[in-house]
Amino acid sequence: MAATRDGYSTALIKLGASNPNVVVLDAGVSDSTRTNKFAERYPERFFNMGISEGDMICTAAGLAKCGKTAFATSFIAFLLGRGMDQIFVSVAYSDSNVKIIGTHAGVAIGEDGPTAQSIGDVAYMRAVPNFTVICPADAVEAEKAILEISKIKGPAYVRLGRGNVKTIYDDSYGFKIGKASVIMEGKDAAIIASGIMVQESMAAAESLKKEGINVRVVNMSTIKPIDKDAIIAAAKTGTIITAEDHNIRGGLGSAVAEVIAEEKLNTKFHMVGVKDRFAESDSQKVLFKKYGLDAEAIAAAVKSNLNK
Amino acid sequence: MVDKSIVAKLKEKAKQLRIQSVKLVYQAGSGHPGGSLSAADIISAVFYHAMHYNSKKPDWPDRDRFILSKGHCTPLLYSVLADVGYFPKEELATYRRLGRLTGHPNPKLPGVEIATGSLGQGLSVGHGMALAGRLDKKEYYVYVLLGDGELNEGQVWEAAMSAAHYKSDHLIAIVDNNKVAQDNMTATLKGVEPVDKKFEAFGWQVFRIDGHDIGKIIDTLAAAKNAKGKPIAIVADTIKGKGVSFMENKPEWHGKAPNEELYKKAIEELERG
Repeated sequence: MAATRDGYSTALIKLGASNPNVVVLDAGVSDSTRTNKFAERYPERFFNMGISEGDMICTAAGLAKCGKTAFATSFIAFLLGRGMDQIFVSVAYSDSNVKIIGTHAGVAIGEDGPTAQSIGDVAYMRAVPNFTVICPADAVEAEKAILEISKIKGPAYVRLGRGNVKTIYDDSYGFKIGKASVIMEGKDAAIIASGIMVQESMAAAESLKKEGINVRVVNMSTIKPIDKDAIIAAAKTGTIITAEDHNIRGGLGSAVAEVIAEEKLNTKFHMVGVKDRFAESDSQKVLFKKYGLDAEAIAAAVKSNLNK
Repeated sequence: MVDKSIVAKLKEKAKQLRIQSVKLVYQAGSGHPGGSLSAADIISAVFYHAMHYNSKKPDWPDRDRFILSKGHCTPLLYSVLADVGYFPKEELATYRRLGRLTGHPNPKLPGVEIATGSLGQGLSVGHGMALAGRLDKKEYYVYVLLGDGELNEGQVWEAAMSAAHYKSDHLIAIVDNNKVAQDNMTATLKGVEPVDKKFEAFGWQVFRIDGHDIGKIIDTLAAAKNAKGKPIAIVADTIKGKGVSFMENKPEWHGKAPNEELYKKAIEELERG
């Protein structure tokens, strides 16, 4: 078990050593986002802009326009909540080499409650041209994704979590932007999941196997550009369930639905996610159960939508 | 004290910029003449005297940077960028039509560092550029032109806090304080005065000058470079629509193109000087 935000930190320290042009910015939460680890080692390349997310994003753009690869970091709720105009104008439209890295995704953050639970960010970012959108499933994938995006000269958004998640990959994993990975094989149905919901989907698949239902679990870690071929392959099972710790309006589920409709895929389809409402405060476990985001909810969705 | 012949040359350049700005708005049938006219003397002093750049090498790493944070004043910006050679003058015919000369600036056009014209972002971007300059041990200055209405945007003050906190003394903010926003006089909309005292309170080195006195502008831009350990704000008091009698001090001329009759009157007044 490890947190994706720690994978980010590991990647940043590697980049700090290998790439003198990498700079990191934060908005007053560097202990939580773990950018403080980079700050300790490379203080001259770390800029804490205080609790001013819009200022931070544009400052990152200015640094990027002067040859830096800039990582602008904070909690997703505030980073994107307050920073969409800056992301749109100073980063996306200006084609600035800024990587927007948000931590503390979704309802999973738990007790802090709905004002800090980001459930719309994937939807916002899918609608911004010129942006790559990645949601890593574990700390290994998070580290590799950060290293990969540092190689592209353009904007990217990475959605990271707060808590520890199951470690799915090891160092041999060849993460590629735009390429989904099949974690478990099965022909009866497919679950296409992102982020923390990948581990829930794996647990759902394990319990379904005991009932004789074999489910493919697909980690759609790059949401934009989405891996169409992986969706087409998943549709051959006759049932696609998407799973995200995000509003079902506009995120991964919607992205998959677009492909199913455009490619005229013959499959049943159901989205597991936040049902367009605000949650409340409690532990991740309690909230996932109440709001239908846990392995049980995913397994139930599969069973209700089998196409046999 | 500045050479009188330099001031005369810059005045003539400012006049030509005003004429070209109004021509562009008329030609396009839309655009922002008022704020372009108010800032022409400032832009003349910056581009024809104070700034170090090479229009044939827009990516020269040691160049001074200029950001038009009040991004709607592209008539003025494109006029000066064309005149100093960033792109062919013939391309001005495409202003606000398909191509690089978008209604608000974008960096596909040489000479434009960042897209603006959502107000309030340019000072933060400029500060980022100044931070990069210090990190790279370079000496370039970053000039950011803001409007006074733009000071309503909170992010301007986020950047002001940041630049003072980081002691970014190669960042020079110029406020085109023409006291007129879009739907109203700034003082009626959401007053920003005293602009100079606000920047001082935020820890900046401040100069307040007549934004139409070119000699004073050049002297102040030079004095700004002596400021150490603080970013610099030059509050330039100007007249929106300066040089065209029927546009002066009028919110309605913030973002409107003149008809043929008024266009001819404007050009005739500007040519007369």
